[in-house]
Amino acid sequence: MNKQQLIVLLGGILFGFGLSYSGMTKQEIVLSFLKLQDLGLIFVMGGAAAVTFFAVNVVPKYVKKPHYGAAFKPRRATFSRNVIIGAAIFGVGWGLSGQCPGSAVASLGTGNLPVLVGLAFMFIGAYFRGLLDKG
Amino acid sequence: MFPLGITPYLIGGIVVGLGVGLIFILTGLHATQSSIFTTTLSWFLKSRHFQKQSNLEERTWRLYLAIGIIIGALIYSLTLSPTGFWTTAVPLWRLALGGLLIGFGTRLSGGCTSGHGISGLASLSTTSLYAVMVFMGVGIVTANLLHLLGVAP
Repeated sequence: MNKQQLIVLLGGILFGFGLSYSGMTKQEIVLSFLKLQDLGLIFVMGGAAAVTFFAVNVVPKYVKKPHYGAAFKPRRATFSRNVIIGAAIFGVGWGLSGQCPGSAVASLGTGNLPVLVGLAFMFIGAYFRGLLDKG
Repeated sequence: MFPLGITPYLIGGIVVGLGVGLIFILTGLHATQSSIFTTTLSWFLKSRHFQKQSNLEERTWRLYLAIGIIIGALIYSLTLSPTGFWTTAVPLWRLALGGLLIGFGTRLSGGCTSGHGISGLASLSTTSLYAVMVFMGVGIVTANLLHLLGVAP
């Protein structure tokens, strides 16, 4: 493991701790957000995005480049029809199961093992996406 | 609206942001989640979609990110978790069918709740803002429809 990978591992530990602390590894809590019974999830995404906003937009003004990486770049996705169609399909899966990719991985650490099935099917879904990619 | 209060949600979200922020500040990498499906499959599938240069460059650190996430959730379960380990009551068919749609949809969209919802919004990407509005809207409609049809939990 090199230093960059060690930092990613440590950041991942914070990520997984925060996700489980906020209840996101409990699919029932995510579903109660989507049923508009408990809107707490907004604060998870908002709190995480706010801290990340500081890292992405403020820190690069004072630090020239990352110590263990090439450059600071914001995450800018190119708009296309696929972004919207894909988001809609993801939304159906999210509303059906209360899972999303990060919380599904974290669920393994909380002993929530049925989510292994969901994760396996996420890989199958990504495989089908590859089959359809003629680009 | 907030039967469990907002504190655990806000604190958990801030800790997630500290993880994403730490990784970005020290490495410049965006610690997003759904790419791991494609980058990990690049070890096994030889088509161009999976063999893109970026997948090959990212596939190792993305596995370290996933291992870290599992360790972090394990630490929570062994320390602060009031319920210890915990298992969902959502039936397997919903986890499986939902998972299939999540894997396909996030890879078609180029992001998920973390890629579009955290890193994309933090980067002030309008593309990500549209994606978040769509998956949240569709997720809310889907969950409510199931609820109306009497599907529980």
